[in-house]
Amino acid sequence: MSETMNLVVPPSRRRIAGGQKTVRTRIGRAVLYILLIAAAAAMLTPFFWMIMSSLKDANSVFSVPVRWLPEVFVWQNYVDIWTRSDIVTWIRNTLILSVSVTLLQVITGSFAAYGFSRIRFPGRDALFLLYVATIAVPWQSYMIPQFIMLSNAGLTNTLWSIIFLQTFGAFGVFLMKQFYETIPEDLSEAGRLDGLSEYGIWWRIMVPLSVPAVASLSLLTFVNTWNDYLGPLIYLRDSSLWTMQLGLQNFVANLYDVDYGVLFAGLTISVLPIAVVFLLGQRFFVEGIATSGMKG
Amino acid sequence: MTVTSNAPRRATVPQAPTRKRRVSRLRIRNTLLGLSFIAPNFIGFATLTLVPVIVMFYMSLSNWNIFGTSTFIGLDNFTRLAGDGSFRRAFFNTLYYAGLHIPLTIVVSLSLAILLNNKLRGVAFFRTAAFFPYITSIVAIALVWNLLFSPDYGPVNEILRFFGLSNPPGWLTSPDWSMPAVVIVSTWRDMGYYMVLFLAGLQTVPRELHEAARVDGANVWQRFVNVTLPCLRPTMFFVVVILTINSFKIFDLILVMTRGGPGQSTTVISQFIYRKGFEENEFGYASAAAVVLFFLCIIVTIIQFLWNKRREI
Repeated sequence: MSETMNLVVPPSRRRIAGGQKTVRTRIGRAVLYILLIAAAAAMLTPFFWMIMSSLKDANSVFSVPVRWLPEVFVWQNYVDIWTRSDIVTWIRNTLILSVSVTLLQVITGSFAAYGFSRIRFPGRDALFLLYVATIAVPWQSYMIPQFIMLSNAGLTNTLWSIIFLQTFGAFGVFLMKQFYETIPEDLSEAGRLDGLSEYGIWWRIMVPLSVPAVASLSLLTFVNTWNDYLGPLIYLRDSSLWTMQLGLQNFVANLYDVDYGVLFAGLTISVLPIAVVFLLGQRFFVEGIATSGMKG
Repeated sequence: MTVTSNAPRRATVPQAPTRKRRVSRLRIRNTLLGLSFIAPNFIGFATLTLVPVIVMFYMSLSNWNIFGTSTFIGLDNFTRLAGDGSFRRAFFNTLYYAGLHIPLTIVVSLSLAILLNNKLRGVAFFRTAAFFPYITSIVAIALVWNLLFSPDYGPVNEILRFFGLSNPPGWLTSPDWSMPAVVIVSTWRDMGYYMVLFLAGLQTVPRELHEAARVDGANVWQRFVNVTLPCLRPTMFFVVVILTINSFKIFDLILVMTRGGPGQSTTVISQFIYRKGFEENEFGYASAAAVVLFFLCIIVTIIQFLWNKRREI
């Protein structure tokens, strides 16, 4: 743009035009930043309030006017939630579920994706279409038959029920297949010439090459399982099986006079691991969401 | 969404019978190999998703209850649904929620994506911030927003009063304002996710087109309407489909925020299913409502699909 201007505009006027342009872009920049900061404030204020409230004493959480910063930092809230609730059990259950669901989902999903993207056999596309079609089927519509089946199998009120429920989604297969199709066929051919079996090709060629896709699928699955509320609500009755979400929800429901400072401490603890996981892997996160289904 | 598939290549039919046999043997081998890869996931997927969906249809035509006795009663459940005031309420509440949530989320997340598609310092930070609500647990979101929204001493109303609103809404305590409050929270939660989808779509808009439009004298808005939006069509289609399905099945956020109240002002179809099925053990009746939800999502998706196909030409 500026080069063409240099050709057209006579030298005496050049500097003025350039000056106007920078002023305009500067103002534009400033407006953009103001918009961005306003948007970021809208997004992050609830989190800020949550963390700050976790450090207030019970009476000053709802002071009028709103106090954004605690007068005295009450670290005792974190000690209280640790001792007065079963938070250790909740964290353990949630971790068991999130880790096992993630592992199973990634392994079976990428294994199936190889079959769908690399091996030709009759009926393959119809099967894949079946997977894709279920994306339009809301889980809430078949949760009751599913529950009856799992309770007949004696799996309700065990952690297994949630693992089975969460592992076999269409999403994992879909995301991995999309990624596998970007890997050149020549690599598999080379593997075949070297005498690798199809399983060997999957394990030695495809898996190492699909680290970004595996990372993004793992992150998404982990976060979804960690935050799932409905599944555990329906299947996990015993308090010894409760997840973080159920535990906190019941912590509120069962106390007549909730100490909100302690509750906010619990909420902060439930959000922090996910925040850390997300910040470590946010590059993959965004990539994974962007590639899953955007190549249509 | 459209899945590119390399259709199986037809094996050319050779003359020699031995070749033919070899081809078919290879075919069988390939099929078994392919199925062996797919099986571990597919078996789980079939038993936990496909079978329940089929059972759902049968259940909706029976009076299945907690005792496991079920007799086939035809369409009785559906006629009962049609006359059920609370189901009608849930049905329209779901449409109300979707009608507010879908356009609002699209506008907010697309604006964010366009803002963050600029080369500015700190864009990565803002993208992360926008995504943060989406990865936070529903329980935490609901509890925090419930308190933010509390009518007398919540920060939201305090800010509104500060700006001169003498009588701010009662939000979750008022039947008129409870659904808008839920929509605000769910939009706040979802915008980061859809923003990422739009950002991916914006990467595909060719810069030259924008430059050409600028040279032709199109202003910012005209460029957005005539260049950006047409290039975003595949992304927009995908976003609208996913967003619509997610809006129709909304449940967990409402359950934790309002439990469907006050009154029936935020009761949605999913909650109706949950109530009839898990609280009143009327499995047949609940499944009939589930079939309605199922068809609602499928039909809307098909309509959007056909609409998209027609626009493609």
